[in-house]
Amino acid sequence: MAKVIGGITTSHIPAVGNAIAKELFEDPYWKPFFDAYPPVHEWLAEQKPDIVVNIYNDHGLGFFLDKMPTFAIGAAHEYHNEDEGWGIPAIPPMPGDAKLSWHIIEGMVEDEFDITSCQELAVDHGFTVPMQLFWPGLLDNPNLPRAVPISANTVQHPIPTLKRALDFGKSLGKALRSYPEDVKIVVLGTGGLSHQLDGERAGHINKKFDMMCMDKIVTDPEALTKISRMELVKEAGSQGTELIMWMMMRGALGDNVEVLAKNYHIPISNTGAGMLLLESKD
Amino acid sequence: MSHAELHQHFDIPGTTIFDGEMAMKGYGLNKMCYSFNAAAARDAFVADPEGYMDKFGLSDAQKEVVRNKDVLGMINEGGNIYYLAKLAGIFKLSVQDVGGIQTGMTTEEFKQKLLDQNNQ
Ligand SMILES: [Fe+2]
Repeated sequence: MAKVIGGITTSHIPAVGNAIAKELFEDPYWKPFFDAYPPVHEWLAEQKPDIVVNIYNDHGLGFFLDKMPTFAIGAAHEYHNEDEGWGIPAIPPMPGDAKLSWHIIEGMVEDEFDITSCQELAVDHGFTVPMQLFWPGLLDNPNLPRAVPISANTVQHPIPTLKRALDFGKSLGKALRSYPEDVKIVVLGTGGLSHQLDGERAGHINKKFDMMCMDKIVTDPEALTKISRMELVKEAGSQGTELIMWMMMRGALGDNVEVLAKNYHIPISNTGAGMLLLESKD
Repeated sequence: MSHAELHQHFDIPGTTIFDGEMAMKGYGLNKMCYSFNAAAARDAFVADPEGYMDKFGLSDAQKEVVRNKDVLGMINEGGNIYYLAKLAGIFKLSVQDVGGIQTGMTTEEFKQKLLDQNNQ
């Protein structure tokens, strides 16, 4: 049977893609950010997951306001990205696992989650930057897993609640663990933490709130479900609502997790950048 | 209680909640910006901004804020920052340039503000 071995959260700021392309790993601005990732590389090299479920939020490449799915799951054999309008470096198509995608979709709809299935899905920096961070070299990296992208709507309110996000993760975890093949699965929750790009409050970062979230998401994620969406915008900023993806990831891991690595750094671009490596203990 | 009233309980200074009402108001503007995912669309806009804005049915107010690179104005007219970022790309404005424009700072001042956030 399939096994969920753990989860990783990371910010997915587009500037990170550029910094990787320019190899700015030792640059004084970037070093405190990139130094967090070698422990993850070591863990991934040791664990060699076959599958990555990459939970991210599309920012206006795969979806537009004409049709905005609250939760969408990729069901393609491979995933392409595109220039997002600022000429960020494109990456080659990432291999998918359509069979597992459909297993997840079947399981979660049976479990009463209403899913949008996508046989074509252009994946943006929310998906690609974490792939680059965790599997340097991508297709040249022998440990690159097959991917299942899952996107949640954080573009347009109403966005899902933190409770719904955690429950989504729990249902996802159930579907993954019921997959009959012997595969190892790692789940990513990408985005966050606090940041705001728009309005007179642009540049808002809330360290105390981020620290609290990074703590509670490990020990007591249910506590975070008490935060309303408007409170989340107020505390974490308009785009800090990306905490939703962290909650979706967390739900999939089961009750008990161990923190293997943790990092928080201000600022990367406009963002409080957070990273957590969690191993499932259930 | 209407959704607008609901949001009024959470008046967050300097923050626009991009909800259904704003998404309807900004539909044409955002649709134009979404088109800029394609390089050919960006070229077409640069070649003829007025014609391109007409094609997407922007209102006069929306055209005016685009001409003036008035980011707060664009948000007020229903623009969503994720789509507007693609327009900012055409104008060669970074995220920090856009932050500075909205907060009345130079880009350098805005970058410093971000660095200072570490001292919270
Ligand atoms: Fe994001």
